Amino acid sequence: MDTMRDRFITTTTRLLDEDPRITVVLAEISRDGFQQAERAHPDRVVNVGIREQLLIGAGAGMALTGARPVMHTFASFLVERPFEQVKLDLGHQGVGGVLVSAGASYDWPAGGFTHMSPGDVALLDTLDDWTVHVPGHPDEAEALVRRAVKGEGRVYVRLSLQSNSTGRPVGGPGFSTVRQGTGGVVIAVGPLLDNVLAATEGLDTTVLYATTVRPFDAAGLRRAVGTGRSADVVLVEPYLAGTSTGAANDALADLPHRVLGLGVGRGELRRYGQMADHIEAHGLDARALRQRITGFLPG
Amino acid sequence: MTTTTPPPVHGYDELARLMSLMTGDEKHGPAATSTLDALWVLYDRVLRVSPGTVDSPGRDRFLLSKGHGPMAYYAVLAARGFFGEELLPGFGSYASPLGHHPDRLLVPGAEISSGSLGHGLPLAVGSVLGLRAQGLRDPRVWVLTGDAELDEGSNHEAIAYAGPAGLDQLHTVVIDNASATYARPGGIAARFEAAGWSARTVDGRDHEELFAAFTAPHPGRPHAVIARVAPGR
Repeated sequence: MDTMRDRFITTTTRLLDEDPRITVVLAEISRDGFQQAERAHPDRVVNVGIREQLLIGAGAGMALTGARPVMHTFASFLVERPFEQVKLDLGHQGVGGVLVSAGASYDWPAGGFTHMSPGDVALLDTLDDWTVHVPGHPDEAEALVRRAVKGEGRVYVRLSLQSNSTGRPVGGPGFSTVRQGTGGVVIAVGPLLDNVLAATEGLDTTVLYATTVRPFDAAGLRRAVGTGRSADVVLVEPYLAGTSTGAANDALADLPHRVLGLGVGRGELRRYGQMADHIEAHGLDARALRQRITGFLPG
Repeated sequence: MTTTTPPPVHGYDELARLMSLMTGDEKHGPAATSTLDALWVLYDRVLRVSPGTVDSPGRDRFLLSKGHGPMAYYAVLAARGFFGEELLPGFGSYASPLGHHPDRLLVPGAEISSGSLGHGLPLAVGSVLGLRAQGLRDPRVWVLTGDAELDEGSNHEAIAYAGPAGLDQLHTVVIDNASATYARPGGIAARFEAAGWSARTVDGRDHEELFAAFTAPHPGRPHAVIARVAPGR
């Protein structure tokens, strides 16, 4: 099976052939993958070297001339390092573009904290009018990349090596219902769905699946909690724990409710190893999730 | 696009009066005047853009990166008819489109919003790349920076890339009023030349020198004009 990043490259390579408006800006990362596209469209696939401020600034400048730029590198160097460029060159200039990241929160644990970006979604959350896609499978990545690139506005697509076993349709902008129950709502984001389904096996809970987390599907959550007098919600996100807790609170402002935000811990683990080690260390494996979810939801 | 630009609404002699209509930005006053002559020569004799072509894909682009002290910029835009001088007295007020740093969504004729230093050159690089991507090899992109603004590292990402990439549609004018705390060893032009740019250093008050430098041929290379003005002006 190819990875989400592989799928991003093949999909974008096809989109470059289809739509002359599309451009790709790279900062060395994935340059090999885009070689064929670069040969076919030398003026529309641009590698600026290891220069991430320029990566965003150049993409935004392209957008000023009417292009639809796709900017890509690892999440830490795409969102965190050039954050002011993301804020000003795209947002404040009032232009659109697509940021596609690789690396996510713990894709390369042996690489250490410099290559982990658990805070990317929370950072973008300080800005207005960003759409954030978190696909949970390469098939979903393909659909969401295509939607983002063919669309308008500012979009962040967060790719990861972590994947669910099967892809799901990502037709609508809102959360989809995977399982229906009466004892609380668990929202699984992107690649954590399989672990959430395993963790909630046999429990009477609703499981919603989110591949688009911004805008947050407030109406979908409101519907899912039903007509009871209170609501209990668990968010399971593959980035900083609690990133969407505020959004869930806002969605349920008219109802007494409790929200548990699970995700990647704030503290540095200062450990290497494998992705599975880090998923377990952050309590995001099925066993730990079940313990934390059942401990929170009313029996 | 049209090759002729309509005559200015006001001439160079009117700029001082237009600037005096704006008040309340004393802190940025000296910086504002340091850019005046370069801006005037660009808009009067070099840039192929007019109020009628502000949305034309084939227009030249001028990006004011040094957004501090935009009074001279606003005066020149008003003089060239991009907006009426009745906007000038409101400078910096809540209802005015003219802030102490320009906002492209508010100021007619402004290509970028600036204020935070070091964003214009990368945006200008991207503008050239975007034009190239659309097969538009004729429009020129100009960006104005300050000598101290070149302290910002983002400029050097852009300078170091644009030379080897051969972005000959890209032009930078550096207003050098010796305001950088640490002068650049070897001078500003040497920094650009080392990265493969064409560069000229001129008197930033001399309109003929500026014009000659602005229009000097530079095949295959981006072009930098260092416009020297008196320190603190």
